[in-house]
Amino acid sequence: MAEYLVLIYEREADWAGVGDDEAKRILDEHRAFGERNAQVLRGGNALHGTDTATSIRRDAGGAPVITDGAFAETKEALGGYYVIEAASLDEAIAVAKQVPAPFGGVEVRPVRTFD
Amino acid sequence: MTSSEVAAAVADAHRREWAFVLAAAVRVTRDLDLAEECVQDAYARALTDWAARGVPARPAAWLTQVARRRALDLLRRETTLRAKLPLLVADPDPPGSAVDRDDGATDPDEIADDRLRLIFTCCHPGLAPEAQVALTLRLLCGLSTADVARAFLVGEATMAARLTRAKKKIAAARIPYRVPPLAELPERVDAVLTVVHLLFSTGHTAPAGDELLRRDLVERSLDLARMLRALLPDDPHVAGLLALILLTDARREARTDLRGRLLLLEEQDRSRWDAGAIREGAALVREALRRRPPGRFALMAAIAAVHDQSPSWANTDWLEILGLYDLLVQLWPSPVVALNRAVAVGFAHGPERGLAAVDALATEPQLASYPYLPSARAQFLSRLGRAEEARTSYAEAILLTENAAERDFLADRLAELGDPPSDSAPSD
Repeated sequence: MAEYLVLIYEREADWAGVGDDEAKRILDEHRAFGERNAQVLRGGNALHGTDTATSIRRDAGGAPVITDGAFAETKEALGGYYVIEAASLDEAIAVAKQVPAPFGGVEVRPVRTFD
Repeated sequence: MTSSEVAAAVADAHRREWAFVLAAAVRVTRDLDLAEECVQDAYARALTDWAARGVPARPAAWLTQVARRRALDLLRRETTLRAKLPLLVADPDPPGSAVDRDDGATDPDEIADDRLRLIFTCCHPGLAPEAQVALTLRLLCGLSTADVARAFLVGEATMAARLTRAKKKIAAARIPYRVPPLAELPERVDAVLTVVHLLFSTGHTAPAGDELLRRDLVERSLDLARMLRALLPDDPHVAGLLALILLTDARREARTDLRGRLLLLEEQDRSRWDAGAIREGAALVREALRRRPPGRFALMAAIAAVHDQSPSWANTDWLEILGLYDLLVQLWPSPVVALNRAVAVGFAHGPERGLAAVDALATEPQLASYPYLPSARAQFLSRLGRAEEARTSYAEAILLTENAAERDFLADRLAELGDPPSDSAPSD
């Protein structure tokens, strides 16, 4: 077995226009996804928007520089993630396909292990 | 047996059996690089062994056994410096399977045919299309990295990096070495057929370079389509693709003149078309079309079959061809298909309507740099007697095509239109 990180990328602008009812419906979809895949879910979280993000880089002298905003500016931003367990990429894709992401899509990345 | 006869037998086995031998070795090693190494080793040993003892009755079984023994040996001694990548994810072997046996008594019939696993791994949708094509040529056809690089007109280092990256992804992301479950099969077979079709069309009209055809790529795509047909005999889409390749390639000898110049269907000597390939292809088309709705390869093959079975250009049943294109466009709404349909409109209903159909596609971004659009336009304009506009369109097509044979062809058509009237010649 291996673990995969499923990253949810969505257009934040689209999320901004979502009303209470629709937000609740999407949240319910996530709950249903979680219940359906409880066997293989190893974790996951929703994130606040990139307007709450803080990035830290190092300047030429090696000193940390703190800035407001996401590390990379993109139209579709990381908005949440799940960690799932799967035997193969095909199994991981089968689960990741079900992740609700109405304003974007998901990226599947194998978790690296060191021994 | 002379050494050249042995070399020929080994080369033949390389072309016919590479995929079978490699696929079986991968099941033992569960590592693509190590398996390739063992298979290469087996072919090298065949050269000396077969010279001494003759070519075995079943070369594939001999090679498979040698490659697998070598693999088991290396794995047991753990002497190989293996890259630190996870092993391929494979289904467990059924009890009593021959995979782990090393008693030398392996009956060739017992060796499971793992080629389908290898095909589906190479053509996994998680791999970039160019990586799928490269892996297919390298692992299924056994082409060297240098040959794969040449086929796609990139440097060997670039191709080596592409292959390494793809193999790394297969291992790290755990792309499984298995035949997909039934529910996923249609989609995955389509991905495989897309790769084989891309290989064929790249070979059939090389997108760049001096030769119209890349014979090697056409041969390989035909080999692959035949392999798929043997492995998936009931799949109508496989039958459709094999038919398409056979029916298109049947005209190979007649496509160019003695000087290598491209000849239109209209100009080709139909007696030089390969009647055997046409017969085989036509039978496959009939089989593929029996399934409803027909697939895109079956429809394309049916169009090719109408041409192949027409006694002359003048007798071509353009209404039948247009009807097939109408179905194809619905199934596969690509601008390139729509352009081919527009050309068929012109032959079925006259150049005026053909030109209108082509012009309706002029704003398609995908066709913006596609040389067949201005060349189709030019041809209709010329038939309508609008020579001046035809010249402009031919000139545009010549600028866009990167294939030398096609460029020569277009230049000839342009020359046939004669010189532009002197008053329109540039004055500066």
